[in-house]
Amino acid sequence: MSWSYFLPYVLVMAVVTYLIRMLPLAAFRRRINSRFIRSFFYYVPYAVLSAMTFPAILYATGSLPSACAALAIALALAWMEKSLLTVAIAASAAAFAVQLLATLL
Amino acid sequence: MKFAKGFKDGIPIGLGYLSVSFTFGMMAARSGLTIAQAVFISMTNVTSAGQLAGLNLIVAGAPMLEVALTQFIINLRYALMSLSLSQKLDGSMTTLHRMLFAFCNTDEVFAVAAGQKGQVGKSYLYGLITAPYFGWALGTCLGAAAGTLLPDILRDALGVAIYAMFIAIVVPPSKHNGAVRLAVLLSAALSCAMYYLPGLNQISSGFAIIICAVVVSALCAKLFPIPDSNEEEDAA
Repeated sequence: MSWSYFLPYVLVMAVVTYLIRMLPLAAFRRRINSRFIRSFFYYVPYAVLSAMTFPAILYATGSLPSACAALAIALALAWMEKSLLTVAIAASAAAFAVQLLATLL
Repeated sequence: MKFAKGFKDGIPIGLGYLSVSFTFGMMAARSGLTIAQAVFISMTNVTSAGQLAGLNLIVAGAPMLEVALTQFIINLRYALMSLSLSQKLDGSMTTLHRMLFAFCNTDEVFAVAAGQKGQVGKSYLYGLITAPYFGWALGTCLGAAAGTLLPDILRDALGVAIYAMFIAIVVPPSKHNGAVRLAVLLSAALSCAMYYLPGLNQISSGFAIIICAVVVSALCAKLFPIPDSNEEEDAA
């Protein structure tokens, strides 16, 4: 694909995406006093993450059994409050093991 | 030291990105982009859903306005995240650093930063974005160059890493705090409803996340407002 065709598109995409991220971060210097708004922002990350994880995690590995294994391992280790890296690697390993088992059987 | 802590926290994100951007790189190469072009998109945009939608529009020769509007809608959730994170930054995050960091404020980076106790500063945040940013670029490069070489089974297994990490972020606070638990469960239920129910599943995934975040957070803020303190040591 020629750069003269490609470049304007990508720059427009990059600028729009960057402004959405940058403006609220740079413009909001002061502390918000409204208790409701502060509570709202307290819950946002949990709601966002949960919405991004479910049901997407069930389709992240290409097969439902391996995804369920990864989900179960992730829930168990997270409940035990293991580190992010530990949980991520263990869940991937679980998915890998189940997939491997499925191809062997 | 703060940089090292951030860097370590960013590794699982980087690993997850490696596999996601690998797929993106493969698709970009298949759509007729060179390796350099694929990497250029990843290094300037740093957003999975937006790049994927953008790639399709570029290939289709869509009008520039449509490309801009699509990016705006898909990525609008970042405004919410940036706004939320703006309440958590310490004095070391001057306007210049905020403008630099914003470039890499992805869903996952935001989630990890927001999950830290107390305020976060520039050393931690720059450490945090290092592995994800280069993982994203490297994965794109590898995917565009050699997409078909990595066995599917390995790529698929890596694809779950990012979601496992999300679970590792939301579960421990849910264990100790009933209101957070409610927010997590409600949002998961709402998200599943928008994925599976006919009619509701017409909503784009970017919008679905915004709706979940706004509805659930507003409800929980109304029902369980956080205690008013100037310390904010507990705020996420």
